[in-house]
Amino acid sequence: MDNLNFIYPEIFISISIMFLLILGVFKKKSSSLISNLSILALFGALVLIFNYPTNTNLEIFHGDYKIDFISSYMKILTILSGIFVLITSSKFLKIFKIFQIEYPILILCSILGMFVMISSNDLIVFYIGLELQSLALYVLASFNRDHTKSSEAGLKYFVLSALSSGLLLYGCSLIYGFTGTTNFDEISIIMNNNQYGLTFGIVFILVGLAFKISAVPFHMWAPDVYEGSPTSVTLFFAVAPKIAALTVFIRFLYVPFINVIEQWQLIIVFLSVGSMVFGAIAAIGQKNLKRLIAYSSIGHMGYALAGLCTGTIEGVQSSVLYISIYLVMNFGFFSCLFMLKRNNIYHEDIDDLSGLSKNHPLIALSLLIILFSLAGIPPLAGFFAKFYIFKAVLEQSMYYLAIIGLLSTVIAAFYYLRIVKIMYFDSEKGKYDTDYSLGLRFTLTLTTILILFYFIYPSKLIEIVSKINII
Amino acid sequence: MVEVGLGHYLTLGAIIFSIGIAGIFLNRKNVIVILMSIELILLAVNINLVSFSIFLNDITGQIFTLFILTVAAAEAAIGLAIIVVYYRNTSTIDVEKIQSLKG
Repeated sequence: MDNLNFIYPEIFISISIMFLLILGVFKKKSSSLISNLSILALFGALVLIFNYPTNTNLEIFHGDYKIDFISSYMKILTILSGIFVLITSSKFLKIFKIFQIEYPILILCSILGMFVMISSNDLIVFYIGLELQSLALYVLASFNRDHTKSSEAGLKYFVLSALSSGLLLYGCSLIYGFTGTTNFDEISIIMNNNQYGLTFGIVFILVGLAFKISAVPFHMWAPDVYEGSPTSVTLFFAVAPKIAALTVFIRFLYVPFINVIEQWQLIIVFLSVGSMVFGAIAAIGQKNLKRLIAYSSIGHMGYALAGLCTGTIEGVQSSVLYISIYLVMNFGFFSCLFMLKRNNIYHEDIDDLSGLSKNHPLIALSLLIILFSLAGIPPLAGFFAKFYIFKAVLEQSMYYLAIIGLLSTVIAAFYYLRIVKIMYFDSEKGKYDTDYSLGLRFTLTLTTILILFYFIYPSKLIEIVSKINII
Repeated sequence: MVEVGLGHYLTLGAIIFSIGIAGIFLNRKNVIVILMSIELILLAVNINLVSFSIFLNDITGQIFTLFILTVAAAEAAIGLAIIVVYYRNTSTIDVEKIQSLKG
Protein backbone atom coordinates (compact mmCIF):
# COMPACT_ATOMS: atom_id res chain seq x y z
CA MET A 1 0.00 0.00 0.00
CA ASP A 2 2.96 2.32 0.40
CA ASN A 3 3.11 2.69 -3.38
CA LEU A 4 -0.24 4.40 -3.42
CA ASN A 5 1.30 7.84 -3.05
CA PHE A 6 2.68 7.59 -6.57
CA ILE A 7 -0.77 7.52 -8.12
CA TYR A 8 -2.14 10.46 -6.14
CA PRO A 9 -2.76 12.47 -9.33
CA GLU A 10 -4.97 9.69 -10.74
CA ILE A 11 -6.77 9.20 -7.43
CA PHE A 12 -7.29 12.94 -7.08
CA ILE A 13 -8.79 13.27 -10.56
CA SER A 14 -11.11 10.28 -10.07
CA ILE A 15 -12.39 11.66 -6.79
CA SER A 16 -12.87 15.09 -8.37
CA ILE A 17 -14.89 13.53 -11.21
CA MET A 18 -17.23 11.78 -8.77
CA PHE A 19 -17.56 14.83 -6.54
CA LEU A 20 -18.29 17.15 -9.48
CA LEU A 21 -20.90 14.75 -10.89
CA ILE A 22 -22.76 14.70 -7.58
CA LEU A 23 -22.45 18.46 -7.23
CA GLY A 24 -23.73 19.00 -10.75
CA VAL A 25 -26.76 16.83 -10.13
CA PHE A 26 -27.79 18.47 -6.86
CA LYS A 27 -26.99 22.09 -7.61
CA LYS A 28 -29.02 23.76 -10.32
CA LYS A 29 -27.31 25.92 -12.96
CA SER A 30 -23.85 25.03 -11.79
CA SER A 31 -22.15 24.80 -15.21
CA SER A 32 -19.64 27.58 -14.73
CA LEU A 33 -18.96 26.57 -11.12
CA ILE A 34 -18.19 23.02 -12.26
CA SER A 35 -16.05 24.28 -15.11
CA ASN A 36 -13.99 26.39 -12.71
CA LEU A 37 -13.72 23.57 -10.19
CA SER A 38 -12.50 21.24 -12.96
CA ILE A 39 -9.75 23.70 -13.83
CA LEU A 40 -8.87 23.78 -10.14
CA ALA A 41 -8.84 19.97 -10.00
CA LEU A 42 -6.46 19.89 -12.94
CA PHE A 43 -4.18 22.39 -11.21
CA GLY A 44 -4.30 20.17 -8.13
CA ALA A 45 -3.23 17.16 -10.16
CA LEU A 46 -0.46 19.25 -11.72
CA VAL A 47 0.88 20.11 -8.26
CA LEU A 48 0.71 16.46 -7.23
CA ILE A 49 2.76 15.44 -10.27
CA PHE A 50 5.39 18.11 -9.59
CA ASN A 51 5.60 16.64 -6.13
CA TYR A 52 7.60 13.63 -7.34
CA PRO A 53 11.34 13.91 -7.64
CA THR A 54 12.21 14.04 -11.36
CA ASN A 55 14.48 11.02 -11.23
CA THR A 56 11.68 8.74 -10.05
CA ASN A 57 11.75 5.49 -11.95
CA LEU A 58 9.72 2.75 -10.42
CA GLU A 59 7.14 0.16 -11.30
CA ILE A 60 4.21 -0.27 -8.97
CA PHE A 61 1.38 -2.81 -8.76
CA HIS A 62 3.57 -5.78 -9.73
CA GLY A 63 5.20 -3.91 -12.59
CA ASP A 64 1.87 -3.03 -14.22
CA TYR A 65 2.13 0.70 -13.74
CA LYS A 66 5.19 2.76 -14.40
CA ILE A 67 6.11 6.16 -12.98
CA ASP A 68 9.15 7.63 -14.69
CA PHE A 69 10.25 10.90 -16.20
CA ILE A 70 8.51 10.50 -19.56
CA SER A 71 5.21 9.60 -17.89
CA SER A 72 5.37 12.65 -15.60
CA TYR A 73 6.32 14.92 -18.50
CA MET A 74 3.54 13.68 -20.75
CA LYS A 75 1.02 13.88 -17.92
CA ILE A 76 1.96 17.51 -17.39
CA LEU A 77 1.43 18.19 -21.10
CA THR A 78 -1.97 16.45 -20.96
CA ILE A 79 -3.06 18.47 -17.94
CA LEU A 80 -1.92 21.71 -19.54
CA SER A 81 -3.92 20.91 -22.66
CA GLY A 82 -6.96 20.15 -20.51
CA ILE A 83 -6.60 23.44 -18.61
CA PHE A 84 -6.22 25.49 -21.77
CA VAL A 85 -9.17 23.79 -23.45
CA LEU A 86 -11.36 24.61 -20.46
CA ILE A 87 -10.27 28.24 -20.11
CA THR A 88 -10.64 29.05 -23.81
CA SER A 89 -13.90 27.31 -24.52
CA SER A 90 -16.49 28.51 -21.99
CA LYS A 91 -17.71 31.39 -24.14
CA PHE A 92 -17.86 29.24 -27.26
CA LEU A 93 -19.95 26.65 -25.44
CA LYS A 94 -22.30 29.28 -24.03
CA ILE A 95 -23.05 30.64 -27.49
CA PHE A 96 -23.78 27.14 -28.79
CA LYS A 97 -25.94 26.53 -25.69
CA ILE A 98 -23.95 23.41 -24.81
CA PHE A 99 -22.29 24.79 -21.68
CA GLN A 100 -23.36 21.87 -19.52
CA ILE A 101 -21.86 20.19 -16.49
CA GLU A 102 -20.98 17.06 -18.49
CA TYR A 103 -18.47 18.85 -20.69
CA PRO A 104 -15.70 19.53 -18.14
CA ILE A 105 -16.39 16.20 -16.44
CA LEU A 106 -15.98 14.28 -19.69
CA ILE A 107 -12.73 16.11 -20.32
CA LEU A 108 -11.55 15.09 -16.85
CA CYS A 109 -12.56 11.48 -17.57
CA SER A 110 -10.61 11.34 -20.79
CA ILE A 111 -7.60 12.92 -19.08
CA LEU A 112 -7.78 10.21 -16.43
CA GLY A 113 -7.82 7.61 -19.20
CA MET A 114 -4.81 9.26 -20.80
CA PHE A 115 -2.94 9.16 -17.48
CA VAL A 116 -3.52 5.42 -17.26
CA MET A 117 -2.42 4.97 -20.88
CA ILE A 118 0.72 7.02 -20.37
CA SER A 119 1.79 5.13 -17.27
CA SER A 120 0.73 1.66 -18.34
CA ASN A 121 3.32 -1.07 -18.41
CA ASP A 122 0.92 -3.90 -19.07
CA LEU A 123 -1.46 -4.77 -21.90
CA ILE A 124 -4.55 -4.93 -19.70
CA VAL A 125 -3.87 -1.62 -17.94
CA PHE A 126 -3.13 -0.02 -21.29
CA TYR A 127 -6.42 -1.28 -22.76
CA ILE A 128 -8.47 0.00 -19.82
CA GLY A 129 -6.86 3.43 -20.07
CA LEU A 130 -7.39 3.57 -23.82
CA GLU A 131 -11.06 2.72 -23.52
CA LEU A 132 -11.67 5.17 -20.68
CA GLN A 133 -10.17 7.87 -22.88
CA SER A 134 -12.03 6.82 -26.04
CA LEU A 135 -15.46 6.42 -24.43
CA ALA A 136 -15.30 9.97 -23.10
CA LEU A 137 -14.09 11.25 -26.47
CA TYR A 138 -16.98 9.61 -28.39
CA VAL A 139 -19.44 11.55 -26.29
CA LEU A 140 -17.42 14.78 -26.59
CA ALA A 141 -17.34 14.52 -30.39
CA SER A 142 -21.13 14.37 -30.55
CA PHE A 143 -21.57 16.87 -27.73
CA ASN A 144 -23.48 19.40 -29.83
CA ARG A 145 -26.16 16.81 -30.21
CA ASP A 146 -28.85 18.85 -31.97
CA HIS A 147 -26.60 19.46 -34.94
CA THR A 148 -26.27 16.90 -37.70
CA LYS A 149 -22.58 17.56 -38.20
CA SER A 150 -21.60 16.99 -34.60
CA SER A 151 -23.60 13.79 -34.22
CA GLU A 152 -22.23 12.52 -37.51
CA ALA A 153 -18.70 13.27 -36.32
CA GLY A 154 -19.42 11.31 -33.14
CA LEU A 155 -20.79 8.38 -35.13
CA LYS A 156 -17.81 8.26 -37.48
CA TYR A 157 -15.34 8.58 -34.63
CA PHE A 158 -17.12 5.86 -32.71
CA VAL A 159 -17.15 3.35 -35.58
CA LEU A 160 -13.54 3.85 -36.64
CA SER A 161 -12.17 4.13 -33.13
CA ALA A 162 -13.97 0.98 -32.01
CA LEU A 163 -12.62 -0.79 -35.08
CA SER A 164 -9.09 0.30 -34.23
CA SER A 165 -9.55 -0.84 -30.62
CA GLY A 166 -10.62 -4.21 -31.99
CA LEU A 167 -7.51 -4.49 -34.18
CA LEU A 168 -5.34 -3.45 -31.27
CA LEU A 169 -6.92 -6.03 -28.99
CA TYR A 170 -6.43 -8.77 -31.55
CA GLY A 171 -2.76 -7.84 -31.60
CA CYS A 172 -2.68 -7.88 -27.79
CA SER A 173 -4.25 -11.36 -27.72
CA LEU A 174 -1.60 -12.68 -30.14
CA ILE A 175 1.21 -11.10 -28.14
CA TYR A 176 -0.19 -12.59 -24.96
CA GLY A 177 -0.60 -15.98 -26.56
CA PHE A 178 2.89 -16.22 -27.98
CA THR A 179 4.73 -14.81 -24.98
CA GLY A 180 2.49 -15.99 -22.14
CA THR A 181 2.54 -12.66 -20.32
CA THR A 182 0.99 -9.22 -20.55
CA ASN A 183 3.76 -7.28 -18.82
CA PHE A 184 5.86 -5.14 -21.17
CA ASP A 185 9.20 -5.92 -19.53
CA GLU A 186 8.59 -9.66 -19.57
CA ILE A 187 7.40 -9.51 -23.19
CA SER A 188 10.63 -7.76 -24.18
CA ILE A 189 12.67 -10.60 -22.67
CA ILE A 190 10.72 -13.33 -24.48
CA MET A 191 10.33 -11.48 -27.77
CA ASN A 192 12.56 -12.82 -30.53
CA ASN A 193 12.56 -12.79 -34.29
CA ASN A 194 11.43 -16.24 -35.20
CA GLN A 195 7.74 -16.25 -34.44
CA TYR A 196 5.17 -15.26 -37.05
CA GLY A 197 2.47 -14.93 -34.42
CA LEU A 198 4.42 -12.17 -32.71
CA THR A 199 4.99 -10.36 -35.99
CA PHE A 200 1.25 -10.42 -36.63
CA GLY A 201 0.66 -9.12 -33.11
CA ILE A 202 3.09 -6.24 -33.60
CA VAL A 203 1.50 -5.27 -36.91
CA PHE A 204 -2.02 -5.30 -35.46
CA ILE A 205 -0.98 -3.21 -32.45
CA LEU A 206 0.84 -0.69 -34.64
CA VAL A 207 -2.19 -0.39 -36.93
CA GLY A 208 -4.45 0.24 -33.95
CA LEU A 209 -2.13 2.88 -32.54
CA ALA A 210 -1.72 4.53 -35.96
CA PHE A 211 -5.51 4.91 -36.05
CA LYS A 212 -5.39 6.71 -32.72
CA ILE A 213 -2.80 9.28 -33.81
CA SER A 214 -4.36 9.48 -37.31
CA ALA A 215 -1.29 8.49 -39.32
CA VAL A 216 -1.72 7.74 -43.02
CA PRO A 217 -3.20 5.30 -44.20
CA PHE A 218 -5.43 5.22 -41.11
CA HIS A 219 -6.27 8.92 -41.11
CA MET A 220 -9.64 8.94 -42.86
CA TRP A 221 -11.64 9.73 -39.75
CA ALA A 222 -9.62 12.77 -38.72
CA PRO A 223 -10.80 15.50 -41.16
CA ASP A 224 -14.48 14.60 -40.79
CA VAL A 225 -14.34 14.38 -37.01
CA TYR A 226 -12.34 17.60 -36.69
CA GLU A 227 -14.75 19.49 -38.89
CA GLY A 228 -17.93 18.13 -37.35
CA SER A 229 -17.11 18.39 -33.65
CA PRO A 230 -17.57 21.67 -31.77
CA THR A 231 -14.37 23.73 -32.16
CA SER A 232 -13.38 23.43 -28.50
CA VAL A 233 -13.62 19.65 -28.75
CA THR A 234 -11.61 19.74 -31.98
CA LEU A 235 -8.90 21.57 -30.06
CA PHE A 236 -8.92 18.85 -27.44
CA PHE A 237 -8.82 16.14 -30.15
CA ALA A 238 -5.91 17.84 -31.87
CA VAL A 239 -3.66 17.76 -28.82
CA ALA A 240 -4.50 15.53 -25.87
CA PRO A 241 -5.18 12.09 -27.44
CA LYS A 242 -2.11 12.54 -29.63
CA ILE A 243 0.12 13.13 -26.62
CA ALA A 244 -1.18 9.98 -24.95
CA ALA A 245 -1.06 7.87 -28.11
CA LEU A 246 2.47 9.02 -28.92
CA THR A 247 3.61 8.06 -25.43
CA VAL A 248 2.05 4.64 -25.85
CA PHE A 249 3.78 4.36 -29.22
CA ILE A 250 7.11 5.11 -27.53
CA ARG A 251 6.43 2.61 -24.76
CA PHE A 252 5.41 -0.17 -27.12
CA LEU A 253 8.27 0.35 -29.55
CA TYR A 254 11.01 0.90 -27.02
CA VAL A 255 10.11 -1.53 -24.24
CA PRO A 256 8.48 -4.74 -25.48
CA PHE A 257 9.40 -4.49 -29.16
CA ILE A 258 12.92 -3.07 -28.92
CA ASN A 259 14.56 -6.41 -29.70
CA VAL A 260 12.69 -6.79 -32.97
CA ILE A 261 13.42 -3.30 -34.28
CA GLU A 262 14.04 -4.50 -37.85
CA GLN A 263 10.44 -5.75 -37.96
CA TRP A 264 8.74 -2.50 -37.03
CA GLN A 265 11.19 0.09 -38.29
CA LEU A 266 10.01 -0.11 -41.89
CA ILE A 267 6.35 0.09 -40.85
CA ILE A 268 6.98 3.29 -38.88
CA VAL A 269 9.01 4.77 -41.74
CA PHE A 270 6.11 4.03 -44.08
CA LEU A 271 3.56 5.59 -41.71
CA SER A 272 5.79 8.61 -41.24
CA VAL A 273 6.50 9.23 -44.94
CA GLY A 274 2.85 8.69 -45.84
CA SER A 275 1.64 11.13 -43.17
CA MET A 276 4.16 13.84 -44.04
CA VAL A 277 3.45 13.73 -47.79
CA PHE A 278 -0.29 13.23 -47.56
CA GLY A 279 -0.72 15.86 -44.83
CA ALA A 280 1.06 18.38 -47.03
CA ILE A 281 -0.70 17.62 -50.31
CA ALA A 282 -4.25 17.01 -49.14
CA ALA A 283 -4.42 20.25 -47.16
CA ILE A 284 -3.88 22.41 -50.25
CA GLY A 285 -7.45 22.21 -51.52
CA GLN A 286 -9.20 22.75 -48.19
CA LYS A 287 -11.55 25.65 -47.54
CA ASN A 288 -12.49 24.96 -43.93
CA LEU A 289 -9.90 25.93 -41.31
CA LYS A 290 -10.74 23.00 -39.04
CA ARG A 291 -10.33 20.54 -41.91
CA LEU A 292 -7.08 22.24 -42.80
CA ILE A 293 -5.75 21.87 -39.28
CA ALA A 294 -6.76 18.18 -39.37
CA TYR A 295 -4.57 17.58 -42.41
CA SER A 296 -1.84 19.71 -40.89
CA SER A 297 -1.96 17.60 -37.72
CA ILE A 298 -1.67 14.43 -39.84
CA GLY A 299 1.50 15.92 -41.33
CA HIS A 300 2.88 16.90 -37.93
CA MET A 301 2.30 13.38 -36.61
CA GLY A 302 4.38 12.18 -39.54
CA TYR A 303 7.35 14.23 -38.29
CA ALA A 304 6.88 12.96 -34.73
CA LEU A 305 6.89 9.37 -36.04
CA ALA A 306 10.03 10.10 -38.06
CA GLY A 307 11.79 10.73 -34.77
CA LEU A 308 10.49 7.43 -33.37
CA CYS A 309 11.62 5.24 -36.26
CA THR A 310 15.29 5.97 -35.63
CA GLY A 311 15.39 3.54 -32.72
CA THR A 312 17.65 5.81 -30.66
CA ILE A 313 17.01 7.75 -27.49
CA GLU A 314 17.74 11.02 -29.35
CA GLY A 315 14.92 10.18 -31.73
CA VAL A 316 12.48 9.70 -28.86
CA GLN A 317 13.61 12.94 -27.24
CA SER A 318 13.17 14.88 -30.48
CA SER A 319 9.67 13.41 -30.91
CA VAL A 320 8.69 14.44 -27.40
CA LEU A 321 10.06 17.92 -28.02
CA TYR A 322 8.15 18.07 -31.30
CA ILE A 323 4.84 17.17 -29.69
CA SER A 324 5.39 19.79 -26.94
CA ILE A 325 5.92 22.57 -29.47
CA TYR A 326 3.07 21.23 -31.63
CA LEU A 327 0.78 21.60 -28.62
CA VAL A 328 1.72 25.26 -28.11
CA MET A 329 1.21 26.06 -31.81
CA ASN A 330 -2.19 24.38 -31.89
CA PHE A 331 -3.38 26.34 -28.87
CA GLY A 332 -2.38 29.56 -30.58
CA PHE A 333 -4.10 28.61 -33.80
CA PHE A 334 -7.34 27.60 -32.13
CA SER A 335 -7.45 30.73 -29.96
CA CYS A 336 -7.40 32.73 -33.19
CA LEU A 337 -10.20 30.51 -34.50
CA PHE A 338 -12.24 31.24 -31.36
CA MET A 339 -11.85 34.97 -32.04
CA LEU A 340 -13.54 34.83 -35.46
CA LYS A 341 -17.00 35.55 -34.11
CA ARG A 342 -19.47 38.00 -35.62
CA ASN A 343 -22.95 38.50 -34.09
CA ASN A 344 -22.60 35.30 -32.09
CA ILE A 345 -21.82 33.17 -35.14
CA TYR A 346 -18.43 31.55 -35.38
CA HIS A 347 -16.74 31.60 -38.75
CA GLU A 348 -14.38 28.83 -39.71
CA ASP A 349 -13.64 29.15 -43.42
CA ILE A 350 -10.37 30.41 -44.83
CA ASP A 351 -12.20 33.14 -46.75
CA ASP A 352 -13.46 34.57 -43.47
CA LEU A 353 -9.88 35.56 -42.69
CA SER A 354 -9.59 37.83 -45.71
CA GLY A 355 -8.37 41.31 -44.84
CA LEU A 356 -8.09 40.42 -41.15
CA SER A 357 -4.98 42.57 -40.85
CA LYS A 358 -6.91 45.79 -41.51
CA ASN A 359 -9.54 45.34 -38.83
CA HIS A 360 -7.67 43.27 -36.27
CA PRO A 361 -3.93 43.80 -36.76
CA LEU A 362 -2.94 42.10 -33.50
CA ILE A 363 -4.84 38.88 -34.16
CA ALA A 364 -3.51 38.84 -37.71
CA LEU A 365 0.05 39.28 -36.43
CA SER A 366 -0.29 36.45 -33.89
CA LEU A 367 -1.84 34.19 -36.52
CA LEU A 368 1.01 35.09 -38.88
CA ILE A 369 3.58 34.08 -36.27
CA ILE A 370 1.73 30.84 -35.49
CA LEU A 371 1.37 29.92 -39.16
CA PHE A 372 5.04 30.65 -39.87
CA SER A 373 5.92 28.48 -36.91
CA LEU A 374 3.65 25.66 -38.16
CA ALA A 375 5.36 25.92 -41.53
CA GLY A 376 8.74 25.64 -39.80
CA ILE A 377 10.26 29.00 -40.73
CA PRO A 378 13.26 30.06 -38.59
CA PRO A 379 13.69 31.44 -35.96
CA LEU A 380 10.27 30.42 -34.64
CA ALA A 381 9.67 27.44 -32.37
CA GLY A 382 8.31 25.19 -35.13
CA PHE A 383 11.64 25.38 -36.93
CA PHE A 384 13.54 24.08 -33.91
CA ALA A 385 11.06 21.22 -33.49
CA LYS A 386 11.65 20.07 -37.07
CA PHE A 387 15.39 20.71 -36.78
CA TYR A 388 15.84 18.26 -33.89
CA ILE A 389 13.79 15.61 -35.68
CA PHE A 390 15.92 15.91 -38.83
CA LYS A 391 19.08 15.90 -36.74
CA ALA A 392 18.09 12.64 -35.05
CA VAL A 393 17.09 11.12 -38.40
CA LEU A 394 20.33 12.16 -40.11
CA GLU A 395 22.44 10.75 -37.28
CA GLN A 396 21.04 7.34 -38.20
CA SER A 397 21.91 7.96 -41.88
CA MET A 398 18.27 7.77 -42.96
CA TYR A 399 18.80 10.38 -45.65
CA TYR A 400 15.76 9.52 -47.76
CA LEU A 401 13.46 10.14 -44.78
CA ALA A 402 15.03 13.56 -44.13
CA ILE A 403 14.77 14.51 -47.81
CA ILE A 404 11.09 13.52 -48.03
CA GLY A 405 10.45 15.40 -44.78
CA LEU A 406 12.09 18.57 -46.07
CA LEU A 407 10.22 18.39 -49.39
CA SER A 408 6.87 17.97 -47.66
CA THR A 409 7.73 20.92 -45.38
CA VAL A 410 8.11 23.01 -48.51
CA ILE A 411 4.77 21.82 -49.89
CA ALA A 412 3.08 22.42 -46.53
CA ALA A 413 4.50 25.95 -46.40
CA PHE A 414 2.39 26.73 -49.46
CA TYR A 415 -0.96 26.38 -47.73
CA TYR A 416 0.17 28.09 -44.54
CA LEU A 417 1.47 31.03 -46.55
CA ARG A 418 -1.73 31.13 -48.61
CA ILE A 419 -3.62 31.90 -45.40
CA VAL A 420 -1.14 34.69 -44.64
CA LYS A 421 -1.66 36.09 -48.13
CA ILE A 422 -5.46 36.02 -47.68
CA MET A 423 -5.14 37.75 -44.31
CA TYR A 424 -2.86 40.54 -45.47
CA PHE A 425 -3.60 41.19 -49.14
CA ASP A 426 -7.24 40.31 -49.79
CA SER A 427 -10.11 42.76 -49.53
CA GLU A 428 -11.44 43.18 -46.02
CA LYS A 429 -14.72 41.87 -44.65
CA GLY A 430 -16.79 43.10 -41.70
CA LYS A 431 -15.33 43.48 -38.22
CA TYR A 432 -15.44 40.64 -35.74
CA ASP A 433 -16.69 40.94 -32.19
CA THR A 434 -14.00 41.97 -29.74
CA ASP A 435 -15.51 40.70 -26.47
CA TYR A 436 -12.85 38.05 -25.94
CA SER A 437 -12.78 36.27 -22.64
CA LEU A 438 -9.77 36.68 -20.40
CA GLY A 439 -8.69 33.06 -20.83
CA LEU A 440 -8.70 33.42 -24.61
CA ARG A 441 -6.57 36.57 -24.54
CA PHE A 442 -4.19 34.96 -22.09
CA THR A 443 -3.81 31.80 -24.18
CA LEU A 444 -3.17 33.64 -27.44
CA THR A 445 -0.66 36.03 -25.87
CA LEU A 446 1.17 33.27 -24.04
CA THR A 447 1.43 30.95 -27.04
CA THR A 448 2.54 33.74 -29.37
CA ILE A 449 5.24 34.86 -26.95
CA LEU A 450 6.43 31.30 -26.43
CA ILE A 451 6.63 30.66 -30.17
CA LEU A 452 8.28 33.98 -30.94
CA PHE A 453 10.92 33.97 -28.21
CA TYR A 454 11.70 30.29 -28.05
CA PHE A 455 14.95 30.83 -29.98
CA ILE A 456 16.45 32.99 -27.23
CA TYR A 457 16.73 30.13 -24.80
CA PRO A 458 16.08 26.84 -26.59
CA SER A 459 18.38 24.79 -24.38
CA LYS A 460 16.00 24.73 -21.41
CA LEU A 461 13.40 22.52 -23.10
CA ILE A 462 16.14 20.31 -24.54
CA GLU A 463 17.63 19.95 -21.10
CA ILE A 464 14.28 18.83 -19.71
CA VAL A 465 13.57 16.46 -22.59
CA SER A 466 17.04 14.93 -22.46
CA LYS A 467 16.22 13.48 -19.04
CA ILE A 468 13.96 11.01 -20.85
CA ASN A 469 15.61 7.66 -20.67
CA ILE A 470 13.32 4.85 -21.69
CA ILE A 471 15.56 2.25 -23.28
CA MET B 1 -12.66 -37.99 -33.59
CA VAL B 2 -10.26 -35.18 -34.27
CA GLU B 3 -8.57 -33.78 -31.21
CA VAL B 4 -9.55 -30.08 -30.88
CA GLY B 5 -6.33 -28.16 -30.31
CA LEU B 6 -5.19 -24.58 -29.97
CA GLY B 7 -4.94 -24.21 -33.73
CA HIS B 8 -8.64 -24.88 -34.19
CA TYR B 9 -9.61 -22.25 -31.65
CA LEU B 10 -7.27 -19.71 -33.20
CA THR B 11 -8.69 -20.45 -36.66
CA LEU B 12 -12.20 -19.94 -35.31
CA GLY B 13 -11.09 -16.67 -33.76
CA ALA B 14 -9.44 -15.54 -36.98
CA ILE B 15 -12.55 -16.42 -39.03
CA ILE B 16 -14.89 -14.50 -36.72
CA PHE B 17 -12.46 -11.58 -36.66
CA SER B 18 -12.37 -11.49 -40.47
CA ILE B 19 -16.17 -11.65 -40.64
CA GLY B 20 -16.32 -8.67 -38.29
CA ILE B 21 -13.85 -6.60 -40.34
CA ALA B 22 -15.60 -7.52 -43.59
CA GLY B 23 -18.93 -6.65 -42.03
CA ILE B 24 -17.75 -3.10 -41.30
CA PHE B 25 -16.36 -2.46 -44.75
CA LEU B 26 -18.85 -4.33 -46.96
CA ASN B 27 -21.98 -3.25 -45.15
CA ARG B 28 -23.76 -0.49 -47.08
CA LYS B 29 -27.11 -0.62 -45.37
CA ASN B 30 -27.40 -0.03 -41.67
CA VAL B 31 -25.27 1.35 -38.85
CA ILE B 32 -26.60 -1.24 -36.40
CA VAL B 33 -24.87 -3.91 -38.49
CA ILE B 34 -21.59 -2.07 -37.90
CA LEU B 35 -22.23 -2.21 -34.17
CA MET B 36 -22.80 -5.96 -34.44
CA SER B 37 -19.56 -6.34 -36.44
CA ILE B 38 -17.61 -4.53 -33.72
CA GLU B 39 -19.06 -6.94 -31.15
CA LEU B 40 -17.98 -9.85 -33.36
CA ILE B 41 -14.41 -8.52 -33.47
CA LEU B 42 -14.30 -8.27 -29.69
CA LEU B 43 -15.74 -11.78 -29.33
CA ALA B 44 -13.08 -13.15 -31.65
CA VAL B 45 -10.46 -11.55 -29.40
CA ASN B 46 -12.12 -13.16 -26.38
CA ILE B 47 -12.05 -16.61 -27.99
CA ASN B 48 -8.36 -16.11 -28.72
CA LEU B 49 -7.56 -14.99 -25.19
CA VAL B 50 -9.50 -17.74 -23.44
CA SER B 51 -8.01 -20.49 -25.59
CA PHE B 52 -4.50 -19.12 -25.07
CA SER B 53 -5.21 -18.90 -21.37
CA ILE B 54 -6.29 -22.57 -21.23
CA PHE B 55 -3.35 -23.81 -23.24
CA LEU B 56 -0.78 -21.71 -21.42
CA ASN B 57 -2.28 -22.68 -18.07
CA ASP B 58 -2.28 -19.02 -17.11
CA ILE B 59 -5.25 -17.12 -15.68
CA THR B 60 -4.29 -13.66 -17.04
CA GLY B 61 -6.00 -14.23 -20.38
CA GLN B 62 -9.34 -14.93 -18.72
CA ILE B 63 -9.04 -11.81 -16.58
CA PHE B 64 -8.32 -9.82 -19.73
CA THR B 65 -11.46 -11.34 -21.29
CA LEU B 66 -13.60 -10.19 -18.38
CA PHE B 67 -12.27 -6.65 -18.80
CA ILE B 68 -12.98 -6.75 -22.53
CA LEU B 69 -16.55 -7.97 -21.93
CA THR B 70 -17.21 -5.11 -19.52
CA VAL B 71 -15.75 -2.47 -21.81
CA ALA B 72 -17.58 -3.92 -24.83
CA ALA B 73 -20.87 -3.47 -22.99
CA ALA B 74 -20.05 0.17 -22.22
CA GLU B 75 -18.95 0.74 -25.78
CA ALA B 76 -22.16 -0.74 -27.20
CA ALA B 77 -24.21 1.48 -24.88
CA ILE B 78 -22.43 4.64 -25.99
CA GLY B 79 -22.57 3.56 -29.64
CA LEU B 80 -26.33 3.04 -29.48
CA ALA B 81 -26.77 6.41 -27.75
CA ILE B 82 -24.81 8.14 -30.52
CA ILE B 83 -26.89 6.35 -33.16
CA VAL B 84 -30.09 7.53 -31.44
CA VAL B 85 -28.79 11.13 -31.40
CA TYR B 86 -27.88 10.85 -35.05
CA TYR B 87 -31.27 9.38 -35.93
CA ARG B 88 -33.06 12.26 -34.20
CA ASN B 89 -31.23 14.76 -36.37
CA THR B 90 -31.48 13.06 -39.73
CA SER B 91 -34.27 10.45 -39.40
CA THR B 92 -32.08 7.85 -41.04
CA ILE B 93 -29.25 5.52 -40.08
CA ASP B 94 -28.49 4.44 -43.61
CA VAL B 95 -24.72 4.11 -44.03
CA GLU B 96 -24.72 5.54 -47.55
CA LYS B 97 -26.52 8.69 -46.43
CA ILE B 98 -23.91 9.55 -43.77
CA GLN B 99 -22.02 12.01 -45.91
CA SER B 100 -22.74 15.55 -44.81
CA LEU B 101 -19.05 15.91 -43.90
CA LYS B 102 -16.93 15.61 -47.02
CA GLY B 103 -13.99 17.21 -48.73
